[in-house]
Amino acid sequence: MTRRPPISLAVAATVGVAFLVLPLVGLLVKAPWSDLPSLVTSPEARTALRLSLECSFGALALALITGVPLAWLLARRDFPGKALVRALVTVPLVLPPVVGGVALLFAFGRRGIFPLHIAFTTWAAIAAEAFVAMPFLVLAVEGALTSLDQRYEDVAGTLGAGPLTTFRRVTLPLVGPGLAAGAALAWARALGEFGATITFAGNLPGSTQTLPLHVYLQLQSGHPDAAVAASVLMLAVSILVLVALRGRWRVSRS
Amino acid sequence: MNRLRGLRAAVAATTVFLVSACAGGSAGSAGSVTVFAAASLTDAFNAIGAAHTKFSFAGSQVLVQQIQDGAPADVLATADTITIGQVSDQLESAPQTFARNTLVIVTAPGNPQHLTTLADLAEPKVQVVLADPSVPAGKYAAQALHDAHVTVHPRSLEIDVRSVLTKVEVGEADAGIVYVTDAMSAGAKVSSTPIANSPVATYQIGALDKQGEAFVTEVLSPAGQAVLHRYGFLSP
Repeated sequence: MTRRPPISLAVAATVGVAFLVLPLVGLLVKAPWSDLPSLVTSPEARTALRLSLECSFGALALALITGVPLAWLLARRDFPGKALVRALVTVPLVLPPVVGGVALLFAFGRRGIFPLHIAFTTWAAIAAEAFVAMPFLVLAVEGALTSLDQRYEDVAGTLGAGPLTTFRRVTLPLVGPGLAAGAALAWARALGEFGATITFAGNLPGSTQTLPLHVYLQLQSGHPDAAVAASVLMLAVSILVLVALRGRWRVSRS
Repeated sequence: MNRLRGLRAAVAATTVFLVSACAGGSAGSAGSVTVFAAASLTDAFNAIGAAHTKFSFAGSQVLVQQIQDGAPADVLATADTITIGQVSDQLESAPQTFARNTLVIVTAPGNPQHLTTLADLAEPKVQVVLADPSVPAGKYAAQALHDAHVTVHPRSLEIDVRSVLTKVEVGEADAGIVYVTDAMSAGAKVSSTPIANSPVATYQIGALDKQGEAFVTEVLSPAGQAVLHRYGFLSP
C-alpha cells in the first residue's frame, strides 16, 4: 500500500506535469496526420533532417573529444585557476544562445580575433551547436567522476596500469552511465539549437539550415502544416535516440 | 483506494485552477495602442509613436500569423500588400499605402571590391547574403535578380532583412541586398549602391479596431510622412 501524498503537493505536481505535457499533446493533436508522410519526406525536410543529424552528432563528437578530458582534469587534478575555468566552461549554459552566436562571430568570424574562415559552412553550424552543448557533457561527466570512489583508480595504479590505461580501462567504464546521460543531454541540446546557429552560421538549405531553422522559416512563410510536421519529426528523432541511449546505460549499470 | 481518492482530488483541483486561470485572461490594454509593424519600420515608427504606443516589430508574415492566432494588436503595418490582405476581414477599413521603399546593394565601407551592379554579385569569390524569400525583402531581392537575369549563389538566406545588414556590417559577408532605409540606419558602417530598376516595396497600414485609428491617421499625416521621409522612405 503506497502512502497518499499530501494533496497540495499532488496538485502542484499535476499542474507541473500538465504544463510540460500539454504543449506536446497540442503538437500531436494539431499535426496534419494525413499529409504527414508527404510533408516529412519533402526534399526540404529530408535535407534539414540529414543536416541536423550530421551537425548534432558532429557537435557531440567535438564535445566528447575535448569535454571528457576537461571533465577529468576538473574532477581529478588541481591546477591554478581551476574554479575560474569551471565557471567559464559553465557560461554557455546560462548565456542566451543568440548571444553565443554573436560571441562566436567576433571570435571565429572573418574579422574575429581568431578567424577560422568557416562562416556559412556546415562547420559553423557544428561549432555553434558544440558551443552550447558541451557544458552539459562536461558538468555531467565531472559530477560522475567526483562521486566515483577514487580507490578503484588507485588500485589500478598499484597494479601497474599507467594513468592513461587507468583512465581508459577503469575510469571510463565506471562513469559510463554519467557519460551517457551527459552525452544524451548535450546531443539533444545540439539538435534543438537555433539562436547561435542562425547568428553564426546563417541559414542555407543543405549547408546550415538545420531542422529548427527549417521549422521557423516554414512558420514565417505561412506554412504552419510543414512546420508542425517537421516538429513532429524532430520529436520522434529525439525520443528514438533517448530511448536507444537509455537502453545502453541500463546495460552498463547491471 | 486512498491513493486513488488523492489523485482524483488533485485532478479536480488542477482543473479548477486551470479554468480559473483561463477565465482571468485578456490583459486590459485601455489607453495604450499596440502596433504590429514590419521590422524595417523600427526606427521610423519609434520616432512617430507617442508614449502610449507599444510596438512589436517582426517579419510581416509572422505578425499576420500572430494576429490570426489572436494577438492583441490595434494596428498592423506590413512591408507588402499581400500579407496584410490575409487579415483584411479583421481591418476596420481597407488597408492604406503609406510608404514605399527600394533596394540597394550594401558592402563594407568604401566598397573595396567595387561591387556596383547586381551582375557583380554573381562573382564566385564574392560572399553574398540575402533575406529568405519568405520575407518581403527576400522576395523583392529575388525579383530584382530575376529581372536583371543574374544568378547569385547566396551563402545564407537570413531570416529578416536586418540580419542581412548585420552580416555585412560585421564583415562576415561581402555584400547583401537590403532596403535603402536599412542602409541609411547603418550610417558609415556600410556603403550602399542603388539597384537600377529596383522593385518597389509597398507598405500598407490598417487599424484592427477603433483604438488603432488615431495612429493610422498620425502615420498618414504630413508630420508622420515627414518622419518616414527622414528615414529614407519614399512617399506613397
